[in-house]
Amino acid sequence: MTTDSIAPAPPAPVRTPVAPTPSVVLDAKIPDGPIEQKWEKHTFEMQLVNPANKRRYTIIVVGTGLAGAGAAAALGELGYNVKSFCYQDSPRRAHSIAAQGGINASKNYRNDGDSIYRLFYDTVKGGDFRAREGNVYRLAEISGNIIDQCVALGVPFAREYGGLLDTRSFGGALVSRTFYARGQTGQQLLLGAYSALERQVALGKVQMHTRHEMLELIVVDDRAVGIVTRDMVTGEIEAHLGDAVVMATGGYGNVFYLSTMAKGCNATAIWRAHRKGAAFANPCYTQIHPTCIPVAGSYQSKLTLMSESLRNDGRVWVPKTPGDTRSPDQIPESERDYYLERKYPSYGNLAPRDIASRAAKEACDDGRGVGPGGLGVYLDFADATRRLGANVIRERYGNLFDMYNRITGEDPYTVPMRIYPAVHYTMGGLWVDYNLMSTIPGLFVGGEANFSDHGANRLGASALMQGLADGYFILPMTVGDYLAKNRQSTVTMDHPAVSEALNEVEARTRRLMGINGARTVDSIHRELGRIMWEYCGMARTDASLRKALQLIPELREQFWKDVRVPGDGNELNQELEKAGRVADFLELGELICIDALHRTESCGGHFREESQTEDGEALRDDENFSYVAAWFTGDSPSSPKLVKEPLAFENIHLAQRSYK
Amino acid sequence: MKLTLKVWRQKNPNAPGRFETYEHPDVNEHMSFLEMLDVLNQQLIERGEEPIAFDHDCREGICGICSLMIDGVAHGPERATTACQLHMRFFNDGDTVTIEPWRARAFPVLKDLIVDRSAFDRIIQAGGFISAGIGGAPDANATLVPKPNADRAMDAATCIGCGACVAACPNASAMLFASAKIGHLNLLPQGQPERYTRVARMVAQMEHEGFGACTNMGECEAVCPKEISMDFISLMNKDRIGAALRGIRD
Repeated sequence: MTTDSIAPAPPAPVRTPVAPTPSVVLDAKIPDGPIEQKWEKHTFEMQLVNPANKRRYTIIVVGTGLAGAGAAAALGELGYNVKSFCYQDSPRRAHSIAAQGGINASKNYRNDGDSIYRLFYDTVKGGDFRAREGNVYRLAEISGNIIDQCVALGVPFAREYGGLLDTRSFGGALVSRTFYARGQTGQQLLLGAYSALERQVALGKVQMHTRHEMLELIVVDDRAVGIVTRDMVTGEIEAHLGDAVVMATGGYGNVFYLSTMAKGCNATAIWRAHRKGAAFANPCYTQIHPTCIPVAGSYQSKLTLMSESLRNDGRVWVPKTPGDTRSPDQIPESERDYYLERKYPSYGNLAPRDIASRAAKEACDDGRGVGPGGLGVYLDFADATRRLGANVIRERYGNLFDMYNRITGEDPYTVPMRIYPAVHYTMGGLWVDYNLMSTIPGLFVGGEANFSDHGANRLGASALMQGLADGYFILPMTVGDYLAKNRQSTVTMDHPAVSEALNEVEARTRRLMGINGARTVDSIHRELGRIMWEYCGMARTDASLRKALQLIPELREQFWKDVRVPGDGNELNQELEKAGRVADFLELGELICIDALHRTESCGGHFREESQTEDGEALRDDENFSYVAAWFTGDSPSSPKLVKEPLAFENIHLAQRSYK
Repeated sequence: MKLTLKVWRQKNPNAPGRFETYEHPDVNEHMSFLEMLDVLNQQLIERGEEPIAFDHDCREGICGICSLMIDGVAHGPERATTACQLHMRFFNDGDTVTIEPWRARAFPVLKDLIVDRSAFDRIIQAGGFISAGIGGAPDANATLVPKPNADRAMDAATCIGCGACVAACPNASAMLFASAKIGHLNLLPQGQPERYTRVARMVAQMEHEGFGACTNMGECEAVCPKEISMDFISLMNKDRIGAALRGIRD
């Protein structure tokens, strides 16, 4: 087969992508046997590609975060030819780089009772019992190898004076299993994966394409065989063919416009694959992180996370009286409401992310929010400073205080911080089986882009673990098994499906460039974000979701009638890049709301006001909703079809989470 | 506040560039520098003009993609701050602010304020790694690393690869960038087997890409948003001598 790129054929009329009729049963392909033996047994049962034949296969890997760079490097090392793509100017900039806290692993270096089984249990429970046991156990099983691998690659983890690795505690666990590199763990892990990737580039095993954006998936005879990309410098639209496609393109939090994601993070790759037939699972599971710097003005472009660790010493409060505009030092103790301590006496300020976020929203909805617009709560270090002294606080949180000061111009040593929740992570994503293969054979999905391991809520320090588990250890095995069973693709550049995919992309680009309306892409994206946040944010109701489902299609129509994309398609054009992404967000946003509307229970990050306990906590409905919701979108984004994958809990007993 | 902006505009790598002047009447002190440009861009689009192209992504000072020369200083006036975390409260009403791309032979301009930094990736390809294949690693605690070494390696490893050091250097030298990666890996026990080949190959690649030599001006350290010390350049030079004494060439 050829893997050369060619120029697109002359354009043909626009064709709406057609999704196949959903198969009735989604087979997760979880291996039989005791949970401790599933992965090992599966590893043995998978077929291997003869080492001498590996160079005959080409694997396309989209995205260069932990999962993508890890997979590309590992597949290259195994001997496959890899074509790697990222939209940034260098693979080192993927947004895994921004993760602060750490990476979990069940090493039990602390002798504090940790084990694979405990990490497995904590993760399933943390996900509010909406993840697959088999996948999560494997993740816990691999976690230790990840730390070994990272150290071997030169990741400078924090050490103790004796030279051993240091760990710290994180939310949702009673053991100390989080390995870290200052507040830059994601950066150091990504630079490790990046260096392994660049080594393979130097060896000629990986062909790197930076500043390339995937805009379409090529599917032939129900098999993923390639992608269409746009060169973001020249505007050239090209097809790339391979024997399998791995997508590790991250989460879709930017559908909310304001989030802690990088500005470029987008859902186009997974959405295009979805429109080609890959099921989208649990889109409504989004994680809202409680401690972010609040929105400062209408020009706000993104939100910045302040590490969760601040809640160890900071006390969260708002004034007791709505509309109290006095400066915080003028509000006496008796007129403050330390609402987390009041509502959750045992966990207090360390209540889990979803709980703390909702409580902040309630206080602000009550008119008791602080700062501009009343969308903020105080995180106050005055008590801790009195108790421990300013030097101890500086030692613990100095870099975070500096960052806060840099952004807000306020000094948190003397004035309480203002924080507010923000969209941070998406647990939903493309549906994958145990092999991380989507419902399109040959299309594999890793990292945040898939839905597999975090259920309805992700625990801190688990995203990095999952990204590297998928990239370094799982995909290199399962992609090989697929290739051994399916052999090389025979599709060449002259196949009609290739020119059809190229034409679709060309036509979409021409259409975007040709509208020439009055509204900027950003203004529509902001409006979508407001709808999502207002009606499908931290608390959702039947009525709010129906409202969103009325507004989003209207906005989408307006986009296609009235958006303005300046410049030319055949050059570096950042507005065109954004327009394509927003067009896809306008469809995905609707699916998120449809999923949220159908799931009338509350679980993890998905809170339906109709489903809560007497104390206002999330109330699951295991009888009716213990399943993965996998959606197929056909011709119309407004009427997707739902297929359920039931979740079986054979090892863990389902229980209601309580933090009182 | 109101600002006057002088911005470098260049249609593509081959077109000649020029400064364009824009009046920006709607600057709020809480905006980040990039948000200030966002607002201007929205106005340009509404007026039917082409927005200013600039690289940006994480906007929290860690991805290293932003690359603005602000009034002749890489990343602008605040120490240890990337342009994305620079806020407008450091400017005054009525200021004229000049915005340019990084200038270096090895960083050609692609459009407006966007440059091509792929030379940095090629320096890493030359040796900025440890050849540890996936799967064969010993237990993470099998090799002890003294805490001071681990901390110092981390100091170097915080480099975000933005290229401000090159942009600030009168010689457009990439010594601080290369030495940060070499320092990071050469300070760790895992990095020892490739220590001298690494330094020889990375320095050779750096020269091949057209970066200049170091003349100890110190501009790189002054603008580095991660405050990486020039001491790492000394460390790198020591290892270059070590490589030469061992007869190791690229």
